Amino acid sequence: MLDLDFGKYEGFIWAAYGISALVFVLLTVASLRFSAHWKRQAEQLKAQEDARS
Amino acid sequence: MISAPAFLSNPERFMAFSRWAAPLFGGLAVLLAITGLWLGFTAPEDYQQGDTVRIMFIHVPAAWLSMFAYFCLGIASFLSLVFRHALADAAAKSAAPLGAGFTALALVTGSLWGRPMWGTWWVWDARLTSVLVLFLFYLAYMALRSALDDETKAARACAILALVGLVNLPVVHWSVNWWNSLHQGVTVFAKGGPKMAPVFLVPLLLMVLAYMAAFGALWLVRIRGEVWRRRADAALSRLART
Amino acid sequence: MSLAWELLKRETALSWGRGGGPLVSAGFYLGVATLLPLAAGPEPARLAAVAPGVAWMTLALATLLGLDRLFERDYEDGALDLLTLSPLPLEFVCALKCLGQWLATGLPLALAAPITEIALGGSPTLAPLVLVSALVGGLAFAFASGIGAALSLGARRGGLLTAVIVLPLFTPPVIFGGGALDAFASGLPWSAGFVLLCAYAAAAIALGPLAMAAACRNALS
Repeated sequence: MLDLDFGKYEGFIWAAYGISALVFVLLTVASLRFSAHWKRQAEQLKAQEDARS
Repeated sequence: MISAPAFLSNPERFMAFSRWAAPLFGGLAVLLAITGLWLGFTAPEDYQQGDTVRIMFIHVPAAWLSMFAYFCLGIASFLSLVFRHALADAAAKSAAPLGAGFTALALVTGSLWGRPMWGTWWVWDARLTSVLVLFLFYLAYMALRSALDDETKAARACAILALVGLVNLPVVHWSVNWWNSLHQGVTVFAKGGPKMAPVFLVPLLLMVLAYMAAFGALWLVRIRGEVWRRRADAALSRLART
Repeated sequence: MSLAWELLKRETALSWGRGGGPLVSAGFYLGVATLLPLAAGPEPARLAAVAPGVAWMTLALATLLGLDRLFERDYEDGALDLLTLSPLPLEFVCALKCLGQWLATGLPLALAAPITEIALGGSPTLAPLVLVSALVGGLAFAFASGIGAALSLGARRGGLLTAVIVLPLFTPPVIFGGGALDAFASGLPWSAGFVLLCAYAAAAIALGPLAMAAACRNALS
């Protein structure tokens, strides 16, 4: 049985799960954006280089 | 049979491997987390801790990962220092912000668990303090990295700092035996096998695996970004020269 | 051997003269000790309870003074390049630099520590242990902080960065020394904390110079 009734500890438990989820989302978004940004940059510069040679 | 670090030390092979390994780890993390959370939330309430035992399923994995990430950082730093390998340095650099994130999570969830259980947000015992120090080490590592402009010098200086910090990890792990405090002792790896009931142990281990898979996925993504950043840097300096 | 002796004399003299040397450290130390009653209130009972801890922690902070010049000056004027060419191994040179720093600032501060502790109302019976802990702890602080100073060579805002790197390294000795003083003050067995402090100092003296020399070579490369 799924037990989502935490009684008097509700605030603490939801806060802990909420913060964990938030940190995971932030880490994931930051990592993916960082990676995508430099991939684009590297490919653009490569194309520039190829165009010039 | 070729060893994993040797196989991945080739950037081309690493990029080909991480291209499918990163999403695979990410999917694995989601699956494991869903299973672990389902089992965790259907488990009965602990007779001592009541509902707060649910926080354990995210606190303990974060605490383990804070140390595991530093361990990875240390190994990558060692490889980068000994073999002067750029990919190892990229791995070390990429592990630091992730480790700092997990350490912050361990501290915050531990605090949210401690308040209802011990009646206080924070206890200055050795174990909590050591985790806080671990967090400071991550911050120092990232601060040193950003303060040095020359990238090869920054790589070596940071690797030395990471190895110096590695002596801190045993202190984190064994300090629980040096000081008796409000923090409960080592429960999972106690003598004579796990003391925890299987209803809690199974979801906990699943969550640890989920966190590890998530760390693996994010780590690979960040290393890929770092490799591209260096390629872009190299291309830029080539363009500037011609 | 005479070469090492000359180098130690040079380092000690440099630390002694560097921006006021022990005077600045002692001034900082006394200043913080004076601020404590003003901040926490002058009630003797409260002051006496925290006196050993404050004397101990201020010592750790005072070690940070002048640290940014430990390697930076030699790095900037090229003396560090010359030192790497000397017949002495660079590890040994780094150890001598830290030892010189300790002789010039750590030693005077260690003598001031029990006085501060008593002036703040701590028990006089605690003074010998404060002195010995400050001597041993000062060595640990000097060698641990040398690592931070060497690593931040050539960095932007090197001084502040050194403190950020070094303060986490200070935590074990601060815990051990503080634990020993605390246990002694409350009549408990205190030797464990003191032995751990000595062990940390020994480890810092043995391993610190390796890291410092590697960091210096890296900065000079």
